[in-house]
Amino acid sequence: MSEQNTSAGRVVDSGSEPHGHDSEEKRSIANRFLGGSAGRSIGLIIALLALFVVGAITAGDRFANVENMLTVIRFASITGVISIGMTFVITAGGIDLSVGSVLGLTTVVATLSSVQIFATETSWLAMVLIALLVGGICGLVNGVVIAYGNVVAFMATLAMLVAAKGLAEVLANRTTQIVNVKGFLDFFRSDIVGVPILIWIFVVVVIAGWFLLNRTTFGRRTVAIGGNIEAARLAGVNVKRHLMYLYVLAGITAGIAGLMMLGRTTAGTSTHGTLYELDAIAAVVVGGTLLAGGRGTIMGTVLGVLIFSTLTNVFTQNNLSTSVQAIAKGVIIVVAVLLQQRFASRSTAKKRAKAA
Amino acid sequence: MITDDHAASNNAAPLLQVRGLTKSFAGVQALKGVDLDVLPGEVHCVLGQNGAGKSTLIKTLSGINQPDAGEIHWLGAPVVISDPVAALSMGIATMYQELDVVDGLTVAENIFLGHEFDRAGVTDRRQANRRAREIMTRLGHGDIPPTREVGQLSAANKQIVSMARALSHDTKLIVMDEPSAVLDSEEVKNLFRVVRELTRAGIAVIYISHRLEEIRQIGDRITVIKDGRSMANNLPVSETPTRELIQLMTGRDVANVFPAATPLAVDAPVLLSVVELGLTGVFDDVTFEVRAGEIVGLAGLVGSGRSEIIETIYGARRASSGTVSVAGTELPAGSVEAGVRAGMGLSPEERKSQGLILDEPVYRNVTLASFARWARMGFLNERSERSVARKQLEALELRPADPDRAARTLSGGNQQKILLARWLVHGTRILLLDEPTRGVDVGARAEIYTLIRALASAGTAVVVISSEIEEVLGLSDRVLVVAEGRVIHTTRAEDIDEHGVLDLVMKGSAA
Repeated sequence: MSEQNTSAGRVVDSGSEPHGHDSEEKRSIANRFLGGSAGRSIGLIIALLALFVVGAITAGDRFANVENMLTVIRFASITGVISIGMTFVITAGGIDLSVGSVLGLTTVVATLSSVQIFATETSWLAMVLIALLVGGICGLVNGVVIAYGNVVAFMATLAMLVAAKGLAEVLANRTTQIVNVKGFLDFFRSDIVGVPILIWIFVVVVIAGWFLLNRTTFGRRTVAIGGNIEAARLAGVNVKRHLMYLYVLAGITAGIAGLMMLGRTTAGTSTHGTLYELDAIAAVVVGGTLLAGGRGTIMGTVLGVLIFSTLTNVFTQNNLSTSVQAIAKGVIIVVAVLLQQRFASRSTAKKRAKAA
Repeated sequence: MITDDHAASNNAAPLLQVRGLTKSFAGVQALKGVDLDVLPGEVHCVLGQNGAGKSTLIKTLSGINQPDAGEIHWLGAPVVISDPVAALSMGIATMYQELDVVDGLTVAENIFLGHEFDRAGVTDRRQANRRAREIMTRLGHGDIPPTREVGQLSAANKQIVSMARALSHDTKLIVMDEPSAVLDSEEVKNLFRVVRELTRAGIAVIYISHRLEEIRQIGDRITVIKDGRSMANNLPVSETPTRELIQLMTGRDVANVFPAATPLAVDAPVLLSVVELGLTGVFDDVTFEVRAGEIVGLAGLVGSGRSEIIETIYGARRASSGTVSVAGTELPAGSVEAGVRAGMGLSPEERKSQGLILDEPVYRNVTLASFARWARMGFLNERSERSVARKQLEALELRPADPDRAARTLSGGNQQKILLARWLVHGTRILLLDEPTRGVDVGARAEIYTLIRALASAGTAVVVISSEIEEVLGLSDRVLVVAEGRVIHTTRAEDIDEHGVLDLVMKGSAA
């Protein structure tokens, strides 16, 4: 079909001179690299290295050892998983404020005594499935309200934040529920080649997220919707359905993060995950994903999460209070966004100049 | 006539003189030597194809770009226009093509944006409103209240606000970058009236447009730019034949703009069939058929319902009554996906806000409707996408022929080609074109016309809308005249002319 139409278009081809493909190809590859996520991430990598240098100088061996590096990454892994889901939502021009509170809800539901008894009788995987299901359903509610109810994402997910927290409190009766399913604890507290399972889960989610965003039709639709929702709609993309999927995805990542949280703390409570949504949004935006949508980078998000967890670690190693940490975080967010805007405007200025 | 007198009487003292202006960006020479002379009170038209360097010239005059070489004389003295504020304080105001008003602010707030009246930091709303009303009255639009939110105004009125802002400074020269691109013919007339008001008061206008008919009506003198160089300066509008202008602009002879229609095969099948289609409060009882190889035009004014009709056929709006069938199969109402799957493609009215993802590469814009076709198990095959897109774009002679460039960086005509390529790649049998040549320059227009005709000849059914009635008539085989949401007349394109259409529209509106 397309072949036939190509020839239809050729009717107007009045034998223009051949184009210089080779040089074009080379230039575009260079452009794609420098303009691509790798090029944009260089600043973040430098920032991360600088933090390492600061850590190594101020805290010496306490900071610079394998054990501590694993601590940094393990610390990053739970927010990290949420941030991957958040990257998709933000790339599509949306926002999900409910992930932290949904995380708390999944830990509560998965540790309800009935669920734990069921899991002991069958398999600990039942807990996993239920947590993912709870996350997914919360996301589905968000998605339906946003996509089909035309409610602004900010408000819809804010409502979910409040409601999920309330539901978790009711279910848990404001108590902390201890995990006593042995298989579950064995798995989530295990190591593979000396690396904690939480880190492996994070790695798997990152790789899956990267492929999903950069190599699949799902990712292409996500970027297209964030770039111009009306153009995507008029090109035949089912925008509403896709938006719904995106919030389901974010909910599922909250469920995964909830499981990781259970593994780390061995307890379910409605206070788990409080304010994680803000950490995730900060990491995503610092990483280079446009808050307005249309451009998203998984690598950037990972670097953003690592920068914040390294920062926390360096501060803790130097016995600085969490309040000072919070101030530093705030400064980093602003500086990172300012720098990105400068880079962004410079690169578009270049592109425009080329067009002129 | 009035304007001619002005030009003559002010010959001695040019307002603006530009000599040998050059400018390059990252090794690309956008301006290679431009001369420009503007007299007080004249309408000086700058004519050139997209990419000729018009935008760069404007940006240099408004202080956004700094020239590499060349001189700018203002009121006889050499000047450096260091930034937009400097340009404004000299008396040069620019109205950009993309409307630059803030929708959430009032008319008065927009007009005095950046130089508000204030007392000790508190804005003096009353004075702003009074002054705004004065300026709007001067522009013949005293009827728009200064307290109205700009978001509620039509595109034409937004432009008046933008012009009022230009006048709120002590302006001697207004640069208008394609002011008519967002207007229909009635609104253009009003714009011209305003422009004549301005020139009568001694204000000079640099008028940039692709529409030669407009330049004939409003312009005094013309400077033609091609490839960053001024090819001809100060041509008198009244004495320069169109053929010569097009030749200067494109470097080639354009014999006839509209391609000849190919006779429709007697057995050409009906591809699109619209029956008693209606959208409550907008249009009603629209019935027509389009056969393979046929181009059907909808002629009517903005607000007649023509865009809504096309969007409803496409499924972007849910019809309240009637049916749309493609090749005999009825489509569900209000589903773009069903329309696209059945073989329809829409090139929307607002190319930038509705058609393209501007920051994405060209090839992804081309494959936006069909990328899933090359994907396996949800995984994209970008190599196939790029090569299919590249082949199609080469066939359409996209310039520059770089599929990885951001769509934003291309000219209007080339952006239009991206949209056509999107539907060609998708294998579309029915093309719905809303304003296919808006913001496209003269040379590229002929190319788009030829392309549309070629697609029809290859068996595509085409429905076209344009606010330029001449374009609808020139391009179509059959024309439906639309007024007040109704098809009031159907005729073969060669049996009606622009006056005929306008007469029908007026009668239809009166009824």
